Amino acid sequence: MGLREIFVQKDFVVTTEIPPPKGVNTASSLDIAKKILGRVDGINVTDNQRGIMRMCSLAFSHLLKEIGHNPIMQACTRDRNRLALQSDILGAGALGIENICVMTGDHPKLGDHPDAKPVFDLDSIQLIKVIKEMETGVCMSGKRLESSAKFFVGGVANPFFEPFELELIKIKKKIDAGAEFFQTQPFFDKESLEKFLEEVRGLNTKFLIGISPIKSIKMINFLNEKVLTKKIPENISKRVETAENQTEEGIRIAAEFIREIKGMVRSIHIMPIGIESYLPYLLNEAEL
Amino acid sequence: MIITKQKDFDELLGMMDGQDSVFIVGCGECATICRTGGEKEVAEMSSKLTEKGKTVTGTAVINAPCLELDTRRVLRQNKVAVDKTEAILVLACGAGVQAVAEAVNCSVYPGCDSLFLGNVFRHQHFYEKCSTCGECVIGNYGGICPVTRCSKSLLNGPCGGSIKGMCEVDNKKECVWISIYDRMKKSNTIDRLSKVLPAKRHSAGTIPGRVINGA
Ligand code: SF4
Ligand code: SF4
Repeated sequence: MGLREIFVQKDFVVTTEIPPPKGVNTASSLDIAKKILGRVDGINVTDNQRGIMRMCSLAFSHLLKEIGHNPIMQACTRDRNRLALQSDILGAGALGIENICVMTGDHPKLGDHPDAKPVFDLDSIQLIKVIKEMETGVCMSGKRLESSAKFFVGGVANPFFEPFELELIKIKKKIDAGAEFFQTQPFFDKESLEKFLEEVRGLNTKFLIGISPIKSIKMINFLNEKVLTKKIPENISKRVETAENQTEEGIRIAAEFIREIKGMVRSIHIMPIGIESYLPYLLNEAEL
Repeated sequence: MIITKQKDFDELLGMMDGQDSVFIVGCGECATICRTGGEKEVAEMSSKLTEKGKTVTGTAVINAPCLELDTRRVLRQNKVAVDKTEAILVLACGAGVQAVAEAVNCSVYPGCDSLFLGNVFRHQHFYEKCSTCGECVIGNYGGICPVTRCSKSLLNGPCGGSIKGMCEVDNKKECVWISIYDRMKKSNTIDRLSKVLPAKRHSAGTIPGRVINGA
């Protein structure tokens, strides 16, 4: 069952993400996936996340599907031009991979191959539109495809972008282009979430609210400095910093937050960057 | 104008390894303004190379080395020095270097790295605003170019990485999408950004460019 049907059938949808390995041996990544089989509704397979080269999202999505998971293939526009992107979409269609999450992707300069040529032939909105056109049997150049598949296409949203009006324009354009779901950047407090839900009320789409369990105080400092527009609340930093086991405390904080917002939202997306092996513990603690 | 920076001196010496005589060409336009290949820099380069034991057979600052016929004329005027040199070092952009290379038989080396087509904001402040993409689309963006000034050339709005108005790739550079937003807000045209804008036609800017007017 694809995410589209899951959204129809379930009251509360939970997705998470597992990066493909930086190598050819998939055993340990698949092992983590097996431990959460039946407990999550989809697994996002990152596409050279943060510009760090790993196995392709398409292959690992396929392997996840083989063991019974519902993969969400990420497709970013940083590394492939319109030919390569469309090839992968056809590949996904042939392998029965239905869910695709489109994004621009971090600039290669921030990753582990800073000298790579940045492609960015398409932006995320254009790629979403292309995938929707491919569903109707034509590729981007207008040529007919011999056959086509249906996809459930989504994108990402940054609730903390300033000016938010500009982000809202972009979210709406993604919806116009055909996006049916959004994964958001992580929230760490209820007030910000309430504000965001108010701002996007009435939009005909689904927001998978980002949850990011904290691994350590080091991670908080990194996120605050380099990634997040809105800093992680002081009380969370304090709890993590003074905890005996920072990762377990981070997991408990995330679990508490999930329980707190469960009544407010219909779906969440857990991003356990670097601590994927703690997923079963997190799901237990969050009573999912 | 074309913004250049002089190559590292050791890299220059490495390129000319084994060649003892050198003629130096400078540029009277862009490289003069950038202080990378004007009269002063050519003279400085000449003494540095002499210090390292090279024989400088002559120097010439050409008005604009990218005007190929002028370049040929100046090199002809310096025929005696040019004929006895093993190498020519050109302190100009890559276009100037090639104009020289196609006019002579000896080795020709670039003395500068060519950075971009730049606007001069004030003395020695250079900014890239147009990358000559072949099909100007800035009418859609309040006259500001996301093709060049967004590190990802995004045409439909900013990426999620902009932090406090600065670009995720380099926090010393402004995120151009904030400038586009501000400008379109001021001119009351922000609703134009709501349209999904098409991908760039890269065929319009296929390299190498070639234009022959009136032919
Ligand atoms: S759209 Fe192309 S031609 Fe126009 S300013 Fe940008 S790079 Fe230059
Ligand atoms: S931060 Fe702004 S300028 Fe930088 S890549 Fe993103 S959208 Fe482009």
